[in-house]
Amino acid sequence: MSTMTMARATLAKDLRMEWRSKDAINSMLFFGLLVVVIFSFAFNPNAEESRHIAGGLIWVAFLFAAVVALNQTWARELRNQVLDAYRVSPAPANALFLAKAFGNFIFVAVLELLMAPLFIVFYNLRSVGPAWQLVVVAVLGTWALVVNGTFFAALSIRTRNREMMLPLILFPISIPALLAMVDSTTSILTGEASPDFWMKMLLVYDVVFTSVCLLLFESVLNAE
Amino acid sequence: MHQPDSRETNGSDDRPILAVEPAILVANVVKFFGRFAALRGASYRFAAGHLYVIVGDNGAGKSTLLRIIAGLMEPSQGSVTVLGSASLRSVAQRVGYMGHAPLLYDELSGMENLRYFAGLYGMHDLAVCRNAMQMMELDPDLSRRVGQYSQGMRQRLSLARAILHKPEVILLDEPFSNVDVHSAGEMAAFLGRLRDSGKTVLVITHQANVMGQVADAFVHMAAGQIVTAPSSNQPARIDSVPARTQ
Repeated sequence: MSTMTMARATLAKDLRMEWRSKDAINSMLFFGLLVVVIFSFAFNPNAEESRHIAGGLIWVAFLFAAVVALNQTWARELRNQVLDAYRVSPAPANALFLAKAFGNFIFVAVLELLMAPLFIVFYNLRSVGPAWQLVVVAVLGTWALVVNGTFFAALSIRTRNREMMLPLILFPISIPALLAMVDSTTSILTGEASPDFWMKMLLVYDVVFTSVCLLLFESVLNAE
Repeated sequence: MHQPDSRETNGSDDRPILAVEPAILVANVVKFFGRFAALRGASYRFAAGHLYVIVGDNGAGKSTLLRIIAGLMEPSQGSVTVLGSASLRSVAQRVGYMGHAPLLYDELSGMENLRYFAGLYGMHDLAVCRNAMQMMELDPDLSRRVGQYSQGMRQRLSLARAILHKPEVILLDEPFSNVDVHSAGEMAAFLGRLRDSGKTVLVITHQANVMGQVADAFVHMAAGQIVTAPSSNQPARIDSVPARTQ
């Protein structure tokens, strides 16, 4: 059985379940909307100031909103102990990890697509640098958030305060990625510096952490 | 319940249990949870093609033993061999497990659940899922989500999931919990037919009377040990009832 076939089946199942329950996407949207509105009233920035602070605001909003989805990911597998059914099957552990990571990527990407116009309107954003680079940063940055988030959410599922544990573990380890996301976004929006270094750093971060997560996930899945 | 569709020739026979090759060999298994020992040197030989009912008080270690056999837990000491392999992962395709919880997604329909789990075993034929549901007297076309099923329907669907891939060894933890007496009797008869078709079946239950007519042996557990042990050096209790072999 191929890992990708298994991952596709699990991803399709997760998307169907999310389509029906809308647990993750509704929580993320509500949280993201709150951040956009409250921050816009709190700072009330002009266009120039917006370009300087938007990178930080956008990614902090997405990071916090993503945690909501990440917690939901494994909660579904714990209800009725369905994870045990996966563990006793011959399906590869990494297929489950990839399906969950891709699923979270899709949920957070949908959030970003829906929130981006709101950020543009509320913060009067215009990119001075090449706007297409924002798409690259969004893809690399989102993957950085979800790949670690999926892994650490799995690590914390057997802990008593797992909803508190996830940000405690995830945020410190995401600092290099967050730094790269914020600085590259700010560089593109202001056009004052080249975002190349930060984008390369994000790419390296993604490759390293995806590899580490894939190597360790089976142990995490079967940990008692 | 309908007949299991896989009929194999090496099914249950009249040979004494000890003469049959073991499907599962549990050797001096100890399991600690922190400082608490849930299993304290459990040993047993489960013969192939037989149906065992594991009974014992709450906390006797029945579910822990079954989870170790299923590969969901590692023993702290001792070893478990399933179908001749100490690596339970390598025989996962040949083992079916039904947990105490239903192990089903509430948000999906019965067929959607079975299709997904069949896929995990490399099976993509819809007919297999339909047959499994029909064997359990469930309607494959029922679009209702599992979360809206009655307890009895959930248990039957859970059993269908466990036997979907036609495993040789079937491990069932409390399959009759919250099931009415009539349905439990039907499920027990179905398990008997599975045994007759050559499967090795281990059932944990507190309703041992339901299994009286079909069980080959009752295995008693107490305080983390198997106290009925015809094939090991553990102390045996006389009140065990190897129903079909006597």
